Amino acid sequence: MSIEIRIPTILRPYTKDQKSVEAEGATLSAVITDLDANYAGLGERLLENGALRRFINVYVNDEDVRFLGGLDAQIKDGDSITILPAVAGG
Amino acid sequence: MSLEISRAFADAILEQSRAEYPDECCGVILGPIGSGKALRHKPMLNAAHSPTFYEFDPKDLLALYREADDNDEEIVVIYHSHTETEAYPSRTDIAYAGEPGAHYVLVSTRKEIAPATEFRSYRIIDGVVTEEPVTITG
Repeated sequence: MSIEIRIPTILRPYTKDQKSVEAEGATLSAVITDLDANYAGLGERLLENGALRRFINVYVNDEDVRFLGGLDAQIKDGDSITILPAVAGG
Repeated sequence: MSLEISRAFADAILEQSRAEYPDECCGVILGPIGSGKALRHKPMLNAAHSPTFYEFDPKDLLALYREADDNDEEIVVIYHSHTETEAYPSRTDIAYAGEPGAHYVLVSTRKEIAPATEFRSYRIIDGVVTEEPVTITG
């Protein structure tokens, strides 16, 4: 089982500059745990107090994971996950 | 580091900031990957609809990155307006700046300086703000 994860520029220092990496897991939470095991520190950039960070957007295929159950979103083989930092400010 | 931008784009951004007042307006200018050139202006919706905050709608954000990928483009400029304060990055601008390669442009249409406006550009990397010169061409 393999999931493609697209990594935004700002997080590429964690992935040795790779634009996309692979990970495994049946839920988004499991995928992030697997990612963090291989790319130490990445998990903390995505999670805060056990929840997805407010200003990090994660999409499974074309859907915002907030509409798919967040960290409980079901992930299947062949899915593509895209991580994008929010473009936001004050 | 400096930003070169056309008069037409600079004017369009100021026009958008007036049109969306009192809310902040926002958008991007794209260019061919690696060129650093600001060639295609794309106004974005401020999903926060707020005078003190802006945020691209998450769905629009994904579509923007997909479109850029398809066109071999990258985001060269990310801009937004400050309606009552100086065109300088706020604490939240700095905290959420997620594109280390982009020029962060801020415009201000605050009343104190009207009819003049401010149009300034910054790099925001790891919480450090560096202002850069802006050259408006054409």
